Amino acid sequence: MKHYHLLIFFLCSFGTQLQSQDITFIDHQQISKWKSTESDTVFVINFWATWCQPCVEELPAFEELNRKYSKDKVQVILVNNDFKMNVQSKLIPFIQKRKLESQVVFMNDTNADQWIQLVSPDWSGGIPSTLIISRRKNKEILFEQPLTYTELESAILSVL
Amino acid sequence: MKKPLSLLSLALGLFAMSFITGVHDGYHVGDVARDFKLMNVDKSMKSMADAKDAKGYIIIFTCNHCPFAKAYEDRIIQLHEKYAPQGYPVIAINPNDKDKAPDDSFEKMQERAESKKFPFWYLYDDKQEIAKAYGATRTPHVYLLDEKRVVRYIGAIDDNSEDADMVEEKYLENAIDALHEGKDVEVSFTKAIGCTIKWKS
Repeated sequence: MKHYHLLIFFLCSFGTQLQSQDITFIDHQQISKWKSTESDTVFVINFWATWCQPCVEELPAFEELNRKYSKDKVQVILVNNDFKMNVQSKLIPFIQKRKLESQVVFMNDTNADQWIQLVSPDWSGGIPSTLIISRRKNKEILFEQPLTYTELESAILSVL
Repeated sequence: MKKPLSLLSLALGLFAMSFITGVHDGYHVGDVARDFKLMNVDKSMKSMADAKDAKGYIIIFTCNHCPFAKAYEDRIIQLHEKYAPQGYPVIAINPNDKDKAPDDSFEKMQERAESKKFPFWYLYDDKQEIAKAYGATRTPHVYLLDEKRVVRYIGAIDDNSEDADMVEEKYLENAIDALHEGKDVEVSFTKAIGCTIKWKS
């Protein structure tokens, strides 16, 4: 019997660990890091949520960009803005079902007024929005609107 | 919608240039906001001028479908119940294109207003002119105007959309209280995550 308890305990903790590895929580400090990057990696940072239909519709464009341009040091990061109570119940199943390959992180910072301003003084906070940061070309491009693959790719080509 | 904006500015910090698209110009705090004539869910046309004895107006661009707008519905009702008697009615405006967001059609607005018993006007900005004039970009997006329609506060209702019990800063209420007491609004502009307004193509 004791062994079973141990086994169950072991399985449970293993399960928890797996789940917590599924998604990284970030806050405003990570935004600051991206904004002040010295790296020649081009960051494509998309702000989205599972309940946001235009966000979900444009995800395949970001996935395609991630596949095609990762060798050119383009990194797609999908910053999720679901409610925190839905991370386990909605977000993680969504990522698994859609088999998302781009990195997904969860924005765990309730001071939206502060971190939105850090993303860009020009961003009002509507989603979907996308920020492209290119140290190579010393350029930032912000889109507060949904994007097609063509729009996204032409933006990337302008900063590579 | 594709509307490249002319904002080409010297950026702060490391970056020499920044570009932005998709954002509209609009009112800033201190500007005089235009009145409107929009259809209410009861099919009557409403203007701010119709709000008798108003000392100010709480204009909230909001909608049916957006989870952030939904999360704030009860709080918007409470705001109206608290402040309308003091002369500051809530006027809710749905600016979304019904083709892009079918849940935000006029009929669905009527259904929502009925089921939630909205005590405030819920108007349909079907031409999206008012949202554009104000510079609204997301739902919910608040503009607090004084008696002369001078914009006194723009931004979020409070600092926690997910959980009303965890709110630390009631930005809008603080602004209304200051306005009511004849004081300057201390925090007159805030940002929040919301759903982008669904503009007509």
